[in-house]
Amino acid sequence: MSDVKKIATRESYGNALAELGKEHEDIVVLDADLAAATKTGVFKKAFPERHIDCGIAESNMMGVAAGIAATGKVPFASTFAMFAAGRAFEQVRNSIGYPKLNVKIGATHAGISVGEDGATHQCNEDIALMRTIPGMVVINPSDDVEARAAVKAAYEHVGPVYLRFGRLAVPVINDNEDYKFELGKAITLRQGTDVTIIASGLTVSESLAAAEKLAADGISAEVINIHTIKPLDEEAIIKAAEKTGKLVTVEEHSVIGGLGSAVCDVVAEKAPAKVMKIGINDVFGESGPAVQLIKKYGLDSESIYEKVKAFVK
Amino acid sequence: MDKLELMKKANEIRKSIVTAVHSAKSGHPGGSLSAADIYTYLFFEELNIDPADPKKADRDRFVLSKGHTAPGYYSTLAHRGFFPVEDLTTLRKVGSYLQGHPDMKHIPGVDMSSGSLGQGISAAVGMAISAKLSGDDYRVYTLLGDGEIQEGQVWEASMLAAHRKLDNLVVIVDNNNLQIDGPIDEVNSPYPIDKKFEAFNFHVININGNDFDEIAKAFKEARETKGQPTAIIAKTIKGKDVSFMENQAAWHGNAPNDEQYAVAMADLEKVGEALCQM
Repeated sequence: MSDVKKIATRESYGNALAELGKEHEDIVVLDADLAAATKTGVFKKAFPERHIDCGIAESNMMGVAAGIAATGKVPFASTFAMFAAGRAFEQVRNSIGYPKLNVKIGATHAGISVGEDGATHQCNEDIALMRTIPGMVVINPSDDVEARAAVKAAYEHVGPVYLRFGRLAVPVINDNEDYKFELGKAITLRQGTDVTIIASGLTVSESLAAAEKLAADGISAEVINIHTIKPLDEEAIIKAAEKTGKLVTVEEHSVIGGLGSAVCDVVAEKAPAKVMKIGINDVFGESGPAVQLIKKYGLDSESIYEKVKAFVK
Repeated sequence: MDKLELMKKANEIRKSIVTAVHSAKSGHPGGSLSAADIYTYLFFEELNIDPADPKKADRDRFVLSKGHTAPGYYSTLAHRGFFPVEDLTTLRKVGSYLQGHPDMKHIPGVDMSSGSLGQGISAAVGMAISAKLSGDDYRVYTLLGDGEIQEGQVWEASMLAAHRKLDNLVVIVDNNNLQIDGPIDEVNSPYPIDKKFEAFNFHVININGNDFDEIAKAFKEARETKGQPTAIIAKTIKGKDVSFMENQAAWHGNAPNDEQYAVAMADLEKVGEALCQM
């Protein structure tokens, strides 16, 4: 795997903002003393006057973003997922969601792949929180290509968008000419007939590797990449449920309220199928190198392979 | 408008506040009545706004951070011509656009949805930053309650406002001294309010917020202040001009019954008649 290009999606976020900033003067980037980590520093370097550092005050930052959006500009409010979706939840709900303001929330350092900082900074609840807000679009890109496309799509969409990025460098898997990002449209990355693996974020590449291993055992696994968790591509999920009848969701997020729950909501109502949810099992994370944590919490390709194999039997 | 006309207008607005809350059978009359003179001055004198074109680009912005005093806000907007005064009696009723707290999506003249305390001021700061970024010369005003400033977010917003030298921003604190659980200095004192805003690098003006001369002077001084935002600490009487509501915490969020409504309207009629004798 050493020859595979790896880029953290937070890097993609910063680069995409700097790129979009050239064309669109109405983009204003906000940060809360984390510009070096969220990578909005890249935008700041190019457009210092349009980068507002709010200091360590995320709740206020969300309100400031709402005010900026109310005057017609397009703010990208940036901080760690823990503080964007967690600390500032109510500000996001009441000041951004309720008035349906055109604010983009760039939430980096999501999930356990934050690594050494440990549980206080590993947000495994943000997707659950954000998708309960009416009108909020929730995007969780799987690699650099998708993350950059997502930032552009978020800008073009009128309304609030929550963008989830990671700290860890992850393999670039969408670097092909056919790749097309459509808000709310799932992407089938691998055809299969025995089981469907529905993944999001950094677990997509792990799921692809798991499918490869399953194939060696004679198990044909379909892999679907859900980059937009809300609005969810229900059609793709129903189709998969009807086709393989066995769904496995994989996410770097709590099994409560995230992609797995969203998929279950759809199939329970519209296409009953057996679903296994792989994710953080209602526990807090811990400190450690990201790659080791991903393994320990069962989100690496080997763990996914083992679980899916047992599930299909 | 001269002072007498403003006082008469405020009296009409106070009647509408009491009428709207009575009709809704719930709502917040106390803080609406205390701030009625500030509302009146803002919307009839200070703000560059046009009821015929509520979204005009260069309008001054107003954010009601103490969103629960929507009856005061709506009554003022209605009397200023943003929507029919008769609609005020639909306040808080199912299907009405006059939501319990300000809703920018549906109410003409409302620039920001608000109601969760401490949040409106942040939006106002965002609007003021936006104006500075694009070189627009509209000004931004936000009205806060004195209990509301117990919210930490108010001070996060204030720190940023002064740091960015937002001299296009005016923060008004309606200092009626009462919150739901009692006098603010007994619940969790925010005093001295002026010194706190001074320490956050605001230009601070203390006024009697029920006196139009002092209100007018303060807004003029705010407009002349450069390089820092202004905080106007307006000492007011909660429940102003309704005898049984004045200085009573119990009337923060209660609606008068029919009998009380009659007394309240009689009180306000009396104030209005006295103004006509002047």
